[in-house]
Amino acid sequence: MKVAVLKGGRSLERGVSLRSGARVEDALERLGHEVVPLDVGVDLVKRLTAERPDAAFVAMHGPGGEDGTAQELLAIVDIPFTGPGVAACARCMDKVLAKHELREAGVPTPDWFAFNETAFRELGAADALGELGDRLGFPLVVKPSRGGSALGVKFAAGRDEVPEALVSAFSYDDRVLLERFVDGRELAVSVLGDEPLPIVEAIPAGGDRYDFEARYEIGRTEFECPADLSESEAGAVTEAALGAYRALGCSGFSRVDLILGEDGPQVLEVNAIPGLTDTSLLPQAAEAAGMSFEELVERMLQLALPAVAGRD
Amino acid sequence: MPEPPHRRRAHTSTRDLERYAGLFAARTQVMRSSAMRDLMAITARPEVISLAGGLPDTSTFPPGTFAAQMTRIAQESAAEALQYGPTEGFSETVDCILQVMGAEGMLPDHDDVIVTTGGQQAIDLICKTLVDPGDVVVCEAPTYPGAVPVFCSYQAEVVQIECDSEGMRIDELEAVLDQLAESGRRPKFVYSVPSFQNPAGVTLSLERRRRLVELARQRELLVVEDNPYGLLRFGGDPLPPLYQLDGGDFVIYVGTFSKILSPGIRLGWAVAPPPVMEKIVLGKQATDLCTSTLTQHFVREYFAEGHWREYVASLVEIYRRRRDIMLDALEEHFPAEAEWTEPEGGLFIWATLPEYIDTSDLLAKALREDVAFVPGQAAYVDERGRNSMRLNFSGVGDDAIREGVRRIGKTVAEQVELYGALTGEHRAVPAPKRREKDTGEVVPFRRAGERNA
Repeated sequence: MKVAVLKGGRSLERGVSLRSGARVEDALERLGHEVVPLDVGVDLVKRLTAERPDAAFVAMHGPGGEDGTAQELLAIVDIPFTGPGVAACARCMDKVLAKHELREAGVPTPDWFAFNETAFRELGAADALGELGDRLGFPLVVKPSRGGSALGVKFAAGRDEVPEALVSAFSYDDRVLLERFVDGRELAVSVLGDEPLPIVEAIPAGGDRYDFEARYEIGRTEFECPADLSESEAGAVTEAALGAYRALGCSGFSRVDLILGEDGPQVLEVNAIPGLTDTSLLPQAAEAAGMSFEELVERMLQLALPAVAGRD
Repeated sequence: MPEPPHRRRAHTSTRDLERYAGLFAARTQVMRSSAMRDLMAITARPEVISLAGGLPDTSTFPPGTFAAQMTRIAQESAAEALQYGPTEGFSETVDCILQVMGAEGMLPDHDDVIVTTGGQQAIDLICKTLVDPGDVVVCEAPTYPGAVPVFCSYQAEVVQIECDSEGMRIDELEAVLDQLAESGRRPKFVYSVPSFQNPAGVTLSLERRRRLVELARQRELLVVEDNPYGLLRFGGDPLPPLYQLDGGDFVIYVGTFSKILSPGIRLGWAVAPPPVMEKIVLGKQATDLCTSTLTQHFVREYFAEGHWREYVASLVEIYRRRRDIMLDALEEHFPAEAEWTEPEGGLFIWATLPEYIDTSDLLAKALREDVAFVPGQAAYVDERGRNSMRLNFSGVGDDAIREGVRRIGKTVAEQVELYGALTGEHRAVPAPKRREKDTGEVVPFRRAGERNA
């Protein structure tokens, strides 16, 4: 089969995407497919039209590739692609939108408030910050609404740290959210074709947070898969993850990130196109389920084909 | 025809990876990749104006000269230029080095010099010779971002000494040395870029140079003087290098052809007292046997033509003009809350923003405007420097400097305004204030007991 691997692009996660893409290309070649590597740029449509691949493997992260933009183009030129469809990607990429969907569907997610820059610049939203802090409690988490790999995520220990954290978050997006901090274990549930894979727990070395560096550096974070959870804990986590996957309309595959706190699991976000680098969680989960990386890639590809895909 | 070999190394499975992880040396734990490095990957996009690089301008080197030299080497010295050479480097290369050092008033002994693969290798070899895991290395704050990974890979404990407009604060250095002495510790060396420092652009004053050398002598402490930019002075009187002031007993000198000729030839050097040099030579032998003989011939031929000083003078002209353009652009486009250094030479300006702006995050915003800089964090081993940035003016054209600074200034102004709105300090967008030229110095760094405005 002729498979185009879409990678790179202009997003801030370009580097991660190139690593995911390279790894996928190798696997596809070993599987005997004809690989067309595409570093996504202004000539994307032209190249897709010229190459006419049988399928596109989307290995892009962040805005542009994970938010439905590339998927929309692939749909227009009628090339089957891996991972969730346009609408699901758009919902997953926008954390604020995603949290609304989750709450509506009854999937637990930490309390939050969202703002865009205009609210602060023109509507005096700063005057509400004090009360918000009191309602969410400290520390609280400040995040850009669209962004991945923990870029721009800051913790504010007290009221006076909130403005600085907001300035950082607004560097990545014009909408940000303030979220209640949930103390607990960091878990990820990858879903492959509606089936949950074994739960991965990320245990940052030396008490670090699971930040950008910890995510992509070998040895910085220890991963346990399957995570050491009781049967009821594992059940609750899996249920929340599948609930989130469905609520956002995902198909093919996705990864749900959760915190397991005192009051049970809380879904933080769903990654429409999870990383496939050496340190990424989805490949680890697949391996724990007995799948090699090649088998994982082949399965992702099969799920993309029209006979299997039921996408929105 | 035989099958061509598979072009790419097969990637490893997670399980394989864990197997390798168990084999990694402890020092790889401190060899950090970073979010910033990933962001820097984007700066390579052609549409991005990158003020992040540290590149000298090699575009004015005459291609005719280049071609003639290489032809002469091929015709007259092909066998030697293609052969291994002595670990210390060719004696003729050292003669060229002595000319360069002589231009700054230094007269080292011929035998005290080793030719290295760039100044970077000299730093690496010095660490290899002197640093055991846990040893203390002292350097400036901020320091050359490329030195940090070297120190870290030898598992040094890095202590950084604050700089102000006169370079490293020697009083603070003394206090730190005293503190260390109390716990029975002594740094292996003090690393300094005394002239037109990378990244800060500041120059260690004559008084402080004297004091530093004196301190080294009193305390029998080694100083590593890294001087890539000394000959790139745009104005004012040249200052004596630490090596000259000390005479070479306690100062190990690092030099390079990268900024006065070409970084592509990868030729640098170190000068050290004979007992230290002996170990450095052994270390170099283990690392790469010898420095490229081909590029050593290139330098020899180039110096034989006798125009190297004119070429450096032409670079100084270009860089001076670009510095002035950048300073003017900063005046025009950066908000009043920002401050920056005014270097008398070198390649870099260091700008410091209000404390609430994290320049690593700001870089993400700037990249949306297709402009890049180096976040200050890269020049520190701790949490300092988060509100500073390094701007390069040597490797970018005049118009690109103006436009790049304008775009960065815009993103900074937006964040300043946003912070004002967030903290209730409402104010109109501040009109860029015109700084009075030549009245009072711009203080780039926090002074003791004083907070950044």
